[in-house]
Amino acid sequence: MIGAGQAKIRRFPNRRKMPPALLLARSTLTEARRGGLPWLALGCLALAFGLAAFLSQVAVTESRALQAALAAAVLRAGAAFLLAAHVAASVVREANDKVLELALALPLSRSQYYLGKLAGFGACGACLAAASCAPLLLWAAPGGVALWGISLAFELLLVAAASLFFAITLAGVVPALAATAGFYLLARSMAGIQLLARGPLVEESIAQSIARGAVDAVALLLPRLDAATRADWLLYGSPGPAEFGAALGPLLLYSGLLAAAGLFDFHRRNL
Amino acid sequence: MLLAGLVAQLSVQALRPPAATAAEDLPPAPRAQALRAASLGEPAALSRLAMLYLQAYDLGAGNALPYQRLDYERLVQWLRAIVDTDPRSEYPLFAAARVYAEIADPAKCREMLAFIHQAFLEDPNRRWPWLAHAALLAKHRLQDLPLARRYAADIERLATQPDVPLWARQMEVFILEDMNELEAAKIMLGGLLATGRLTDPQERRFLQGRLEELERRLASKP
Repeated sequence: MIGAGQAKIRRFPNRRKMPPALLLARSTLTEARRGGLPWLALGCLALAFGLAAFLSQVAVTESRALQAALAAAVLRAGAAFLLAAHVAASVVREANDKVLELALALPLSRSQYYLGKLAGFGACGACLAAASCAPLLLWAAPGGVALWGISLAFELLLVAAASLFFAITLAGVVPALAATAGFYLLARSMAGIQLLARGPLVEESIAQSIARGAVDAVALLLPRLDAATRADWLLYGSPGPAEFGAALGPLLLYSGLLAAAGLFDFHRRNL
Repeated sequence: MLLAGLVAQLSVQALRPPAATAAEDLPPAPRAQALRAASLGEPAALSRLAMLYLQAYDLGAGNALPYQRLDYERLVQWLRAIVDTDPRSEYPLFAAARVYAEIADPAKCREMLAFIHQAFLEDPNRRWPWLAHAALLAKHRLQDLPLARRYAADIERLATQPDVPLWARQMEVFILEDMNELEAAKIMLGGLLATGRLTDPQERRFLQGRLEELERRLASKP
């Protein structure tokens, strides 16, 4: 007698040849699907939809723009939070249940394990981004929504990379989630903080110059999340290829940087 | 215990009076940079939310004199900050021209018209409809023909894009014509509808209400 899994493998022999990292990515995606993530995402969609519908009744003009902008903001933040929490909880649970040791006992390198998990979480992010696009089609042009969704998928890949890095490094759900939230919020508000530091009311002094230099130094270390997944694309038209590329390029670069940092830390850990 | 706690919570909440905002409570406006920093990269959403927040001070229940009691200096600062947060949003200028400028107090009306004019100068091709309305208010509400002509001349001089309709570019003639406020408003709204600028259903409903109010007011005049 054979199990259902073996029967599937017999029916689809190519699955045997699937690289281990991809198998791990697939199992990560399956874990997310079978957990509470789809229901939480649905709740987030309902919240965004309800809030937008309620506030549009109060608006005297630009009601569609208001709905699109608010729903986009809620969906973007909600998707990032859900994914970060899911990644941190999943990684810490695997470590606590000794699943990580079991996985590494298999013919699977640490790099394959790490990148496989990241690919799986990135795929979860892509699914969340696709789901987030659906309600926006009610209020914005499909072209703008598509570009917004692609940008959100890349932004969520970065969030997944950050959460995975912090979860493996800090080995706790709360520290990992707090670090990811701090990183994400700072990256999204950094351009605004720089504007504040250079405002017309700022007095010129040595302390002010040092503070401005410190803000600029921190900004150099962070990705420009304020330039990505912009609600403007839904309201005022799609961005040009150059603007879109300039928004997405740094996200990919930073995701790679976080993956490299995470791999470095994962390899040096004594498991 | 659980039931008692739930009943106590519901009773306390039900007995609490609803939060009401008074016009005098309008706090000092934040700086546009602070609003942008607080928006976390979503200035379009925050600027519209800020407009709804501002609206709560004049459209709130129990506010017998909706706009009269607002501190217009603060109000203009708020509108300025919101315009600077998302310069492409039409909401603050719509509210300035169609809501806050349409009051009986000439000094406050002038303050709002000056704000609209200043905002127009920053982006004439996008903001001319609000200055056109400001010109009408200057003529009919303030009876200040020189001010109305100055606004009309600025539209003619600075709003140069081809999609600006002919009537707007010839605003000065339109201002000088001997027509009453209702006729002028009807021509202007008809023109805006013809150019396809009025697409928002809420805005159409609001302006329709304003037109009807104007009709009633003029009909009641001897």
